[in-house]
Amino acid sequence: MKIHEYQARKLFRDHGLPVPRERVAATPAEVAVAAEELGGKVVIKAQVHVGGRGKAGGVKLADGPAAAREAAGKILGMDIKGLVVGRVLVAPAVDIADEAYVGIIVDRASQRPVLMVSAAGGVDIEEVAREAPEQIHRVAIDPRYGLMTHQAMALGFALYDELDRVREAARIFQSLYAAFEAIDASLAEVNPLVVTAGGELQAIDAKVNLDDNALFRHPEFEALRDPAAEAAAETEAREKGLSYVKLEGTVGCIVNGAGLAMATMDLIKYYGAEPANFLDIGGSSNPEKVVNAMRIILSDPNVKAILFNIFGGITRCDDVANGIVAALKQLDVDVPIVIRLTGTNEREALEILKSVDLPATNSMDEVVQKAIELAGGVAR
Amino acid sequence: MSVLIDGSTRLLVQGITGRDGSFHARQMIDYGTHVVGGVVPGKGGQTFDDRIPIFDTVAEAVAETDANASVIYVPPVFAADAVYEAADSGVSLIVAITEGIPVLDMTRVMPFVREKGARLVGPNCPGLISPGKSKVGILPGQICMPGSVGVVSRSGTLTYEVIHHLTGAGIGQSTCVGIGGDPIIGTSFIDCLSLFERDGETRAVVMIGEIGGTDEQEAAAFVERGMKTPVVGFIAGQTAPPGRRMGHAGAIISGSEGTAQEKMESLRAHGIAVAGRPADIVGLVEEALG
Repeated sequence: MKIHEYQARKLFRDHGLPVPRERVAATPAEVAVAAEELGGKVVIKAQVHVGGRGKAGGVKLADGPAAAREAAGKILGMDIKGLVVGRVLVAPAVDIADEAYVGIIVDRASQRPVLMVSAAGGVDIEEVAREAPEQIHRVAIDPRYGLMTHQAMALGFALYDELDRVREAARIFQSLYAAFEAIDASLAEVNPLVVTAGGELQAIDAKVNLDDNALFRHPEFEALRDPAAEAAAETEAREKGLSYVKLEGTVGCIVNGAGLAMATMDLIKYYGAEPANFLDIGGSSNPEKVVNAMRIILSDPNVKAILFNIFGGITRCDDVANGIVAALKQLDVDVPIVIRLTGTNEREALEILKSVDLPATNSMDEVVQKAIELAGGVAR
Repeated sequence: MSVLIDGSTRLLVQGITGRDGSFHARQMIDYGTHVVGGVVPGKGGQTFDDRIPIFDTVAEAVAETDANASVIYVPPVFAADAVYEAADSGVSLIVAITEGIPVLDMTRVMPFVREKGARLVGPNCPGLISPGKSKVGILPGQICMPGSVGVVSRSGTLTYEVIHHLTGAGIGQSTCVGIGGDPIIGTSFIDCLSLFERDGETRAVVMIGEIGGTDEQEAAAFVERGMKTPVVGFIAGQTAPPGRRMGHAGAIISGSEGTAQEKMESLRAHGIAVAGRPADIVGLVEEALG
């Protein structure tokens, strides 16, 4: 789960990181008031869940309340990579003497949290990783011991020369790790960590991705979710325990298992059409989940046919068949349905489907071709 | 032959009385897996289906049954501790089916499992099957047949799809391993590939990957460097948009990294034949077998 910068800043501040105070505003007038309160010279930043806000024009400096109002007028309502800016963050502008990148991710290869720092701060770190990987210094953290002081100091020396500043940076890294661990993040990033003209270290940006799998430990984070940042159908799917991503095509798919769901989408493309969505009903699917999945798919007006691709394992085909029958009764299904099911309790499922005159095949290629035909043929 | 499990596997089922645990315990027993006990705290002394003893702890179960493997069906909240408990009691193979374990839990689980000398398969995986000998997990046994092709995959049902095609073409499998769709997993592609390479009867391997991370690319380099057994590949997610998690916690294209395109190119560059769709895997395997 992605959260906004202003939310991440608060989490970081709560864990002892030096993050300047900020305001959140939704109108140019509010931004002007915030600028006044913060002492005049401010930075205004779009609050949307995408990277590269600066490059897209979503971050602006203003030297007083009037300029802040004007800048906010440009940013609010702006479309950044398909997301409309509804709120901005207003923070005091700082005079920057030096900037660095600091981030913690869970590294798949070492199977540990890895702290990365780079003197090339303030820019796209993925670009640094590609172009000049030697500029990124890293340490793998053993979660049983946490980020040790000497490890944090070593990375501090990679950025700074003066011992006092290195010590201060090391404390910041340890605070960042404490935050990362406490909130079950999959990413916690300060980009940039700056040295101000006055010689102070400040975290003037904050980025956090939370681990969806750990949200059960943090019910309080539900309040951080921004419903405007995801499509309504995706919100509904998540609440119903389904995994759904809307796409642009016409063939709706309901599949059990993420890998098979992706392979089904790929096969639709292979045969010349476009999938309308990714939808994984997951394992142990009860009939209710199938009804919910159908409702979500049918809410997409682009969908011209619905394809079921079920390979029973932990999912039982008869549960899915019962779900399809229930959906036909409960919902206004106005597009053709084609079904492929095989595996656990396949025979029972075929019996159930026979009762509503729905044929099923056990070939994935066949069902995909059939669905494309019913959805109006291959894309032009 | 086979890898990781065979007729000598003596299995415990952690969470044997739950909805999924009980259903799949029965399926495993019917398949011929030696299920020697179940573990459910608070239900020690009872029996499952009047024949399988249930224990309160894994340690007790191991002491009483000589189990050497354990499969975990417990919910995500308790799953990390279930893995610790299995590793602590000395079983050599732990298979975690559970989906949804927090990734930071896994960063702690992995060093512990290694310290105890156990092997973990999963989490968030379908488990494994050595057709005709033993199955551990949730793979449907009836779609498999004994033979000489190894299958290793990050996916669950997509693995069944591929096995279904192989069996339909009369190509049997030595062992099929679902390694799981999470970012941190106990057994990697490379672990499985090297086990298959050492297995005298595995004559070809099918590797099924998906978007996210670089495990497939590393595995491809390993195949070129260290394997004589031919490998055939398939990658799911060519139509997946960047930055969106496609179900699996590990299936996400971040920046330009982890795309299906990049992985397919890497596999081909390392001499691995890559199928365009699941059905094409059969032809490539037939070619590899000669």
